[in-house]
Amino acid sequence: MDNMVNIFLFGKKYEVPDNLTIMSAMEYAGYQLVRGCGCRNGFCGACATIYRIKGDRELKACLACQTKVEDNMYIATLPFFPLVKQVYDMEKIKPTEAVMMQLYPEIYACIGCNACTKSCTQGLNVMQYIAYAQRGDFEKCAEESFDCVMCGVCSSRCPAGISHPQVAMLARRINGKYLAPECGHLEDRVKEIKDGTFEELIEALMQKPIDEMKELYNTREIEK
Amino acid sequence: MYSEKFQKSIAAVEAAREKNIALEPERMTAKQKEDLLAEYHPDYKKDEFAELKIGPNKGEKVPTELAEMLQAHSRITADSVNLSKPDYDVDVLIIGGGGAGASAAIEANEAGADVMIVTKLRIGDANTMMAEGGIQAADKPNDSPAIHFVDAFGGGHFAAKRDLLSKLVCDAPEAIQWLSNLGVEFDKDADGTMITTHGGGTSRKRMHAAKDYSGAEIMRTLRDEVLNRNIPVVDFTSAIELILDENGNAAGAVLMNMETKELLVAKAKTVIIATGGAGRMHYQGFPTSNHYGATADGLVLGYRVGAKLLYAETLQYHPTGAAYPEQIFGALVTEKVRSLGAKLVNGNGEVFMHPLETRDVAAASIIRECGARGNGVDTGNGLGVWLDTPMIEKIGGEGTIEKRIPAMMRMFEKYGIDIRKEPILVYPTLHYQNGGLDITPDGMTTNVKNLFVAGEAVGGIHGKNRLMGNSLLDIIVFGRSAGINAAKAAKETTVGNLTLDHIAKFENEIKSAGIETDSVSPKLLPNYTNQNNI
Repeated sequence: MDNMVNIFLFGKKYEVPDNLTIMSAMEYAGYQLVRGCGCRNGFCGACATIYRIKGDRELKACLACQTKVEDNMYIATLPFFPLVKQVYDMEKIKPTEAVMMQLYPEIYACIGCNACTKSCTQGLNVMQYIAYAQRGDFEKCAEESFDCVMCGVCSSRCPAGISHPQVAMLARRINGKYLAPECGHLEDRVKEIKDGTFEELIEALMQKPIDEMKELYNTREIEK
Repeated sequence: MYSEKFQKSIAAVEAAREKNIALEPERMTAKQKEDLLAEYHPDYKKDEFAELKIGPNKGEKVPTELAEMLQAHSRITADSVNLSKPDYDVDVLIIGGGGAGASAAIEANEAGADVMIVTKLRIGDANTMMAEGGIQAADKPNDSPAIHFVDAFGGGHFAAKRDLLSKLVCDAPEAIQWLSNLGVEFDKDADGTMITTHGGGTSRKRMHAAKDYSGAEIMRTLRDEVLNRNIPVVDFTSAIELILDENGNAAGAVLMNMETKELLVAKAKTVIIATGGAGRMHYQGFPTSNHYGATADGLVLGYRVGAKLLYAETLQYHPTGAAYPEQIFGALVTEKVRSLGAKLVNGNGEVFMHPLETRDVAAASIIRECGARGNGVDTGNGLGVWLDTPMIEKIGGEGTIEKRIPAMMRMFEKYGIDIRKEPILVYPTLHYQNGGLDITPDGMTTNVKNLFVAGEAVGGIHGKNRLMGNSLLDIIVFGRSAGINAAKAAKETTVGNLTLDHIAKFENEIKSAGIETDSVSPKLLPNYTNQNNI
């Protein structure tokens, strides 16, 4: 028999097995989820959730699909949070500090409370990556924010109104497009293909009888 | 932390670790693979399949659960909506907000088309977001699109449509370049050289990655670009029926608001089905690594208007789904774990196969090890074998796991398992729909004009088994191409009067074939309420 615990979904009490995640506990209780449920594996950020354990003052945040229920857990899901997403043209943008100033000036109003970092469902140092963004250090901002699933909990806790995940998104795109070293072998190969370098080889494979294809496959050399 | 009952087996794995690292297990011969698959792969279990009695693939067999959806009633009748007053009127309607749909939307927008995305969840709540390991492209000097072709063709049991596969491999490097230019951060060395690894069945190291968030990094970048272009995304809205025009061409879809159930009509000159896979159908009772909405909707929508399916009977069971703890049962443990050196080890501490066989072979081999050979580990919720992750740190040096597969580390850390020090338990999980709607290389279905398909809903690109890293690739290559070609076709199209006559026609076929069913389709979402949870 499962051990049961009491949880409170939006204030209403339900008894559920203690080995369930918050998400499966909601389903166990009878909720057919439409919002607040995406990949169910901790990648999409659809199931941001806040909770408090009875008797505890602290309000905690998590992903519902990644967190086990606890006894006397008060749960409220945050299936949508209105982040500010600025619109920009990646081709015209310049990888300079001024970009952040233009698009997300509120990051300079950060008061250093660190509520973002404390609330991050991925355990990221959110305030630190915002600090990197302030300085225009996009590479470090990209690295520090890389595991962000854009659930939006950090922004819900921010007194300065910063949309941290969108700031980080911009930094990563700038880093990926403009700052990361260019890849020579990739450019070469794209050009070779455009020049038709492999056309004959591919054409031969298109025509080859299955038996010959099998032979080719089964005897192919595999790089160590 | 593993409880007491696992300790004996873990001790055996630890004791053999040094020896197992040094071991280079033999790869199976073609004959050994064939025999193994025939006996142990779920695709070969005849009683799990049903013959289709109606529709373009009549007489062919598909998984029982899929047959039920393909031969179910429509959710509506033709008079449920007013086709003469469309709520949306666009050039290109894209159904699905994953990687293929987003790529198609960007390219169609670039081509000047008026494009719109509908998705039953949010844009990005998709299997693309969950792809961890990487994306293939033959862009290294020792590699070529031809070698990539041979790997994929053989891995797919020589069943791929060659014209589709040649497009996949030849457009691959440009796909990587396109993503880079959008700002996707691929793992690179300081000089810009891509850091690439093997995947199961590859003969060259051509797996490009963004740590083990490869799909997430691609998806969030594509999503950002869709939003930057102000492409309308109608979310929490499903397509429940395609609309044809009087000439029999695809010309829109009936949409349903997932929350209010309101029905809406979207008229379009061309339609792209980019609805993804079917893991949430839980074929044969398997758990799945797929996202919440993977219910084969696109196959159902297409089939009902007469589009043909190809290889819908072949599914991919990813060899390494998490088998323990049960909270993450079925979740994906990326193949990259094996690419980085971790081997599969049975309950006695023995390596029982080469870790980089193709996925179907690896899955069948694990099923055999746990079943017939009795060397599995009892997880309390089924059986599993060990994936000896600490090997990665021994081979690649301390810190490799945190740097290369941080998502995996985090996933198990939440349940007190440190994969740098302890091995993990795995068992095959339903992962990918190899088959789908039959298309020509321009992305259009073979028999319904102006109906395009991209991504996992396509059949034939990979044959009967897909290699790791070729799916992220196909959503980009065929997504972009569908967007470009659908925009082009839209320019040449004048839509005739809209009809939903196919619904009644299909209903008649159901009756004539003597099919008795209460089911309606598409399924849209699985039902896990009231302890139905799998």
